Amino acid sequence: MLDVLLIGLSVGSILLLVSLGLVIIYGAMGVVNMAHGEMVMVGAYVAVLTQIWLGWSLYAALPIAFVITALLGLLIERCVVRKLYGRLGDTLLATWGVAILVQQFVRLEGGLSFFGMHVQGLGPGLQNMPVPAELQGAISLAGTSINAYRAFIVLSTLLLTTATWWVLYRTRVGMQVRAIIRNPRMAAACGIDVQRINAWTFAFGAGLAGVTGVLVAGFKTVSPDMGTSLVVDSFLVVVAGGVGSLLGAVATAIGLGEINGVLAALSNDIVARAAMFGLVILLIVIRPQGLFSFKGR
Amino acid sequence: MLTSSRRKLLVSSAATVAAVATPTWMRSALAADAIKVGALYSQTGGLSIVEKMLANAVRMAVTEINAAGGVMGRPVEVVLEDGASDPKTFNEKASKLITRDRIETVFGCHTSASRKAVLPVFERRNAMLFYQTHYEGFECSKNVVYSGAVANQQLGNYIPWIVQKLGKKKFFIVGSNYVYPREMAKVSKKLIEQSGASWVADEYLELGHSEWASMVRKIKESGADVVLSNVVGDSLVAFYREYKNQGMSQTTVPICATVTSEIEIAAMGAEYAAGSYTSVPYFMSIDSPANKSFIERYRKFVNDPKAVTYHSLEAAYFQVFLWKQAVEAGKSTSADAIRAHIGGQTYDAPGGKVRIDPESLHAWVTPRIGQWQADGQSKVVDAAAQPVRPLPYFAYGETDSALMCTRKGAAQVKV
Repeated sequence: MLDVLLIGLSVGSILLLVSLGLVIIYGAMGVVNMAHGEMVMVGAYVAVLTQIWLGWSLYAALPIAFVITALLGLLIERCVVRKLYGRLGDTLLATWGVAILVQQFVRLEGGLSFFGMHVQGLGPGLQNMPVPAELQGAISLAGTSINAYRAFIVLSTLLLTTATWWVLYRTRVGMQVRAIIRNPRMAAACGIDVQRINAWTFAFGAGLAGVTGVLVAGFKTVSPDMGTSLVVDSFLVVVAGGVGSLLGAVATAIGLGEINGVLAALSNDIVARAAMFGLVILLIVIRPQGLFSFKGR
Repeated sequence: MLTSSRRKLLVSSAATVAAVATPTWMRSALAADAIKVGALYSQTGGLSIVEKMLANAVRMAVTEINAAGGVMGRPVEVVLEDGASDPKTFNEKASKLITRDRIETVFGCHTSASRKAVLPVFERRNAMLFYQTHYEGFECSKNVVYSGAVANQQLGNYIPWIVQKLGKKKFFIVGSNYVYPREMAKVSKKLIEQSGASWVADEYLELGHSEWASMVRKIKESGADVVLSNVVGDSLVAFYREYKNQGMSQTTVPICATVTSEIEIAAMGAEYAAGSYTSVPYFMSIDSPANKSFIERYRKFVNDPKAVTYHSLEAAYFQVFLWKQAVEAGKSTSADAIRAHIGGQTYDAPGGKVRIDPESLHAWVTPRIGQWQADGQSKVVDAAAQPVRPLPYFAYGETDSALMCTRKGAAQVKV
């Protein structure tokens, strides 16, 4: 049973990692970032490229991916999202367009493939991200064998969630972000530079997605359209957990992951997924504002 | 690099107008009496990864044929169309190639879904489709030449070998949820029972599924001593990795696959697959001068010194030469002439001799079993002495002495 729970926990961890960024971006800015999955994908490609061209391992790729995707997030915020504040439908379309651009950039190797040039590590195919030997296989602990890579993912999630919590609840910038989540206009009236904080929020969310990409690269497929399926599940977490609520995201992601894991063990993955979707629909009908949400003011 | 496809041309010329325009014009001027053939493969969408490679193999074969003087002294021109990973688009593009471009032969399709979608077009307009992918059988069209393997050429040798040589008794069958894995499982179960072994489970996950933890746990708990995998596509990467990560060993409980090829092995990392098996007619590791030269030429053609070749790619390549031989034998490019003359044509493909069966229009190929090594290549551990007859209705009781797919079409089958 312990191994089933660990499987559920690791499924929930990936969900949580992808949704963390979404939750704060959606909470603070009211922007549904359709390109979030592509940030995950870019993170995975950063890992592949640093491995091929610099020979660095998966661990080294984690901070690099954070920085690169955060910068990319900043760029997207400055060029696209900033111009579309308060227009939910438009940001949806615009960020979806960005997502397609980023995907095609990787597929067409930055346009070089038109000239017959090939960049190793890019292109439409599947990429291999080598995993350090200590993360392969299983480790024995207290009589049960534990999947080393999944344990690594759970630990990384714990670390990143704690870091996000610390930033949001223990720093000055975090306090400003929370103020914006509650009421952006009132926050602006109190002298908070909403635009600047929003840009940072967006970059931070994108950076988290980048780190997730590196982690996902180690046990799933690295390909240009890998982000799409991940981000759909994470939207579920955001909606069910409540907008802008860190606690809601944690509880929902782990909860859905465990439900998925247990049901998949009892029946099969297809039933488990269907049940997960059904549960979220039910939840939205009963509590449209999500599990944990602030009182609107 | 250049193709004469309109879509490709538009894209290329947008990128480099001057550089592209000249050779394309020259080509269309030269190609006044060229024989046009179609290549119908997804250039966009999820399946484009694989199908682009197949299109390259077809174009490479055509380039080589042209360099050697063409077909009946005429150059061959490829019209490439994009199926966009969508069966409906495949159907529309097939109609376009046949009716508007007046093309009589098309090389194309990868999934069974896309082949089924274009089949009515080819049969109604009496054109010829060359289809290279190994598939589930149960089809006997007179407008398709099937150059890939069918179930008996992948499983007929495989299951008895697993039971006798590896000494395995309990199979866990796992696959992606669509027609090919399900048909393959049906054949497998029959063969497993005939060989005196048993199967403990027959499980499916949706196409593209990448969360394998629960399934691998089930395999672990089932007590099976071998896994028969009909999983396809990028799911394979997550599957093999999860398998090792949960502490399963390829030596004690090996995964025996029907689809896993050099491509997926390269993407997952060789260490995850080392020790597992695959049964297909062609492996990149086949140690023959013909194959070595093929790999070298392919790498040069796609301008990638590390490019990987695999079974469908080889079949996509050699089918073009079989088409050439049939056209030259009948002195006509029409589908009727090809149908009449392709039966019995043999060709020395990179993976060995192949022959098109005059009755079923499927290919005689040599079944091989490869064991994956630590370097990502296979070691051929078992190979048939000579090419084996294709039996597309194997699952329905077809045998060498009682053919069910003949010149006259398919026999009535009770499903």
